[in-house]
Amino acid sequence: MNDTNQTVEEVEEKVEEQPQPKSPSGPKRVVVDPITRIEGHLRAEVIVGDDGVVQDAFVSSTLWRGLEVIAKGRDPRNVPLIMQRICGVCTYSHYLKSTMAMENALGIKIPYNAELVRTLMDAALFLHDHVVHFYHLHGVDWVDIVSALDADLEKASKLAFKYSDNPIGTGVNELKKVKETVAKFATHPQGLGPFANAYWGHGTYKLTPEQNLIALSHYLKALEMQRLVAQMQAIFGGKNPHPQSLVIGGVTCVMDMLDPARMAEYMVKFKKIADFVNNAYYADIAMAAEMYKGEASVMKPMGVKNFMAFESMKVGKNDYLFDSGIIMDGDISKVLDIDISKITEDATHSWYKNDKALHPYDGETDGNYTGFVDGKSVGSDGKMIDTKNIDPEGKYSWIKSPRYDGKSMEVGPLAGILVSYVKGNKRVVKIVNEFLEKTGVPTEALFSTLGRTAARMLQAKLIADHGLTAFDNLIENLKVDQETCATYTIDKDKEYKGVGIGDVPRGMLSHWVRIKNGVVENYQAVVPSTWNAGPMDATGQKGPYEADLVGLKIKDITQPLEIIRIIHSYDPCIACAVHVMDTKGNKLSEYKVDPLYGGVCSV
Amino acid sequence: MNITKTDTTYDTLHKEFKERIDKLKKLPQMDRKHSIEEIIEENGFSRRDFMKWAGAITAMLSLPSTFTPLMAEAVKVADRLPIIWLHMAECTGCTESLLRSANPSIDSLIFNHVSLEYQETLMTASGWQAEENLENAIEKYKGRYILMVEGGIPSADTEHYLTIGGHGHTGKESAHHASEHAAAIFAIGTCSAFGGVQAAAPNPSNAVALSEITSKPVINVPGCPPSEKNIVGTLMHYLLYGTLPALDVYNRPKWAYRLRIHDLCERRGHFDAGEFVEQFGDEGAKDGFCLYKVGCKGPYTFNNCSKQKFNQGTSWPVQAGFGCIGCSEPNFWDTMGTVNEPLSNKLYHTTFGGLGADATADRIGLSLLTATAVGIAAHAAISAYKNPKE
Repeated sequence: MNDTNQTVEEVEEKVEEQPQPKSPSGPKRVVVDPITRIEGHLRAEVIVGDDGVVQDAFVSSTLWRGLEVIAKGRDPRNVPLIMQRICGVCTYSHYLKSTMAMENALGIKIPYNAELVRTLMDAALFLHDHVVHFYHLHGVDWVDIVSALDADLEKASKLAFKYSDNPIGTGVNELKKVKETVAKFATHPQGLGPFANAYWGHGTYKLTPEQNLIALSHYLKALEMQRLVAQMQAIFGGKNPHPQSLVIGGVTCVMDMLDPARMAEYMVKFKKIADFVNNAYYADIAMAAEMYKGEASVMKPMGVKNFMAFESMKVGKNDYLFDSGIIMDGDISKVLDIDISKITEDATHSWYKNDKALHPYDGETDGNYTGFVDGKSVGSDGKMIDTKNIDPEGKYSWIKSPRYDGKSMEVGPLAGILVSYVKGNKRVVKIVNEFLEKTGVPTEALFSTLGRTAARMLQAKLIADHGLTAFDNLIENLKVDQETCATYTIDKDKEYKGVGIGDVPRGMLSHWVRIKNGVVENYQAVVPSTWNAGPMDATGQKGPYEADLVGLKIKDITQPLEIIRIIHSYDPCIACAVHVMDTKGNKLSEYKVDPLYGGVCSV
Repeated sequence: MNITKTDTTYDTLHKEFKERIDKLKKLPQMDRKHSIEEIIEENGFSRRDFMKWAGAITAMLSLPSTFTPLMAEAVKVADRLPIIWLHMAECTGCTESLLRSANPSIDSLIFNHVSLEYQETLMTASGWQAEENLENAIEKYKGRYILMVEGGIPSADTEHYLTIGGHGHTGKESAHHASEHAAAIFAIGTCSAFGGVQAAAPNPSNAVALSEITSKPVINVPGCPPSEKNIVGTLMHYLLYGTLPALDVYNRPKWAYRLRIHDLCERRGHFDAGEFVEQFGDEGAKDGFCLYKVGCKGPYTFNNCSKQKFNQGTSWPVQAGFGCIGCSEPNFWDTMGTVNEPLSNKLYHTTFGGLGADATADRIGLSLLTATAVGIAAHAAISAYKNPKE
């Protein structure tokens, strides 16, 4: 083994400590780059022992764009649109939180109508995102498309009733068509196109051919559904991706709100996607839970068991679908309050200059790219080849490492569901208990890759079941109040600071702004995938992705399906995760605006 | 479109297309078993649906309806063209836009049929398997594939701000390599066409347009994101002509980017009548008045949004009451001023890069837009007096 870097040596020492049969080759490095079916550019590297168990893992983002740097010196009204371009998948999240940050800074209270319309657009985003993630990005980690060719149609059609009383797309006629489509695709002389050279037949695929066929039918149906949900958002947003109807102070889509036909269009589309969530998405997750609950690679307890979530999805006055709070160390007996002064960001292993500890507002934002190092890793044929590798001793990612009270935290739908569940949020408790009962899975099973994937579906169901509360309240309010946008002025002689914070489809997102001389003086975004995908911090503590990979047993190191499955379960959004933050160890609380929570989440 | 074209010109064009298609037909077919008609039928569409779609695309390309059967023919030979789609410094919004045309729309069937050989967001394979797919496709379809690129490209001493794959190749290397052997190259979206948001001042990653890193001709399909119709339409145009479409000064296909948003805007009548939204949420906003005074950049932006709209005709920004931000224009983040104010207003002062909004507006003033900007502003000011509601 030519790879002589420190970590491998450490790993080898560890191997010696635990008496194991002497291996002829020793631990091997495996590089997975690009990780596909995500947003952005991501690499994972693992050190795998001869027993196939991951001994160490590193995750790197390989793209930096520097949008916060670009925001500086610009008119505050332009910045939410720039921030929206952080990501075209979370196409509404950054636009919303950035607009909220400006409103918080300028002390604007937006009209109730605008709050509710923003929620309706947000509901569309959540439903779109979760459905697309499960079926089109994560789905083929669970569903073996090729296996579906062996399915018995009658059997599959009947089986669908086990998971839903009103199954979707699983009539014998429909399944027949799906099967024929795939059969043709599989025999296509040009191969499987985007499905080519994948991991079909891998030993950790657990669904039966019939179950694979059911899920595959939903995969195709979901392509249609996501288009419909995008239309739902475009009704109020003008277009999707990158809707364009939020302004500082409210929304611009007043004509659409006052048009009953337009409102009805939203409602009808909402009901269609709600039906899909309840009878396809829910059913498929229940099916996957049943079949995968014995599969070690997805039931392995997660590496980081700290969770954080923030109130979001306002559906009525003082009524939110998601709660705020923190769960530490998997202790679901209590939820702690978030104290934002305990959030820091570390850049020890991130490609930024961080020598000097500067105040965040003066923080250096220059990249300091040190690149990869020459090394060897396992090629696709199992032989060692020359590659560019991560140097775990140095800097190795464009993502920083946010910490809460010095601890790594997971954010996302699982954190959101757990926090609300433990807090006794009635809507959430009902949904979670029903699911656990139906699948016969214990609560602890939620702390796994499977649990994370299931929680995303439960969050979609929460919105499918209760999102229209915001719609009903909007209709009621429009009868007496048609305000959609508050007025404001930006005083060039004043200095403003503000934050927009709340859970978005991938977890807790916050945007922080400081305005001076009428322009943006400093801008920061602390993004869900940053919490989850960050590299080690100064103490060597790993973030959720990396920690989750350690201890994972891999069947075939040339077919990294287990690695991809774990990483996909977080729904990575890497363009989002890569951001310039303050310098090492500085507290975000220095952005703190008083009162922080009083006015922050008024939206 | 050249509206003065005579029937004779069209006859010639028609003949050229026919020859081009016949030539394409002679190329080896990728899929001998299934014609596009079969695929369309299998997916529940009739021949009539297909012809309707072909007709719509024909009209979109500003060709007379007599070209519809030829368009249908062209689609049938589309399966000879594999597509490689690369992600550079981007947000995946363009891919998402493409997804919006997904099943069961005919557009997406065409794409399936065309065969997406490499697309990181959608493909199953990761790591080495993904890299192999790319290499195989480039090798196997050398000189025959269409390259579509999403995102700006980090360059100069920050070229390494984007690397892809286990060998750590930069985005620039990867895009350049794929460009070398492509039959045609489309820059999808404003980032790939002009550098986009990451290239806005001070451009920390030195992001550049695709056309900056290859000597081959690049067709720009800008927009943030562009509609899927503009993407498919560009592809169809290539199939028909076998050459670059008529392009404007920014290498945008004229059939899509020939007219200003303002020219076909649904609120144009209000502009002419001097009826403006003065403030978001006011009575004018409820009545759908012109958005010029709250910052619409439609008069300076060339695209077909006002005609094609987004999300299967659901809406577009002007309909949602916001106004155009000029997203298909080069450097629009730096040159279009404040989103919620008219371009000609020089009231707001910004300080970035020592330029400020004043300097930016002045720079715009030097450009060809001067006359338009002054004229539009004058109209807005004068018509306000004429407007009895004022």
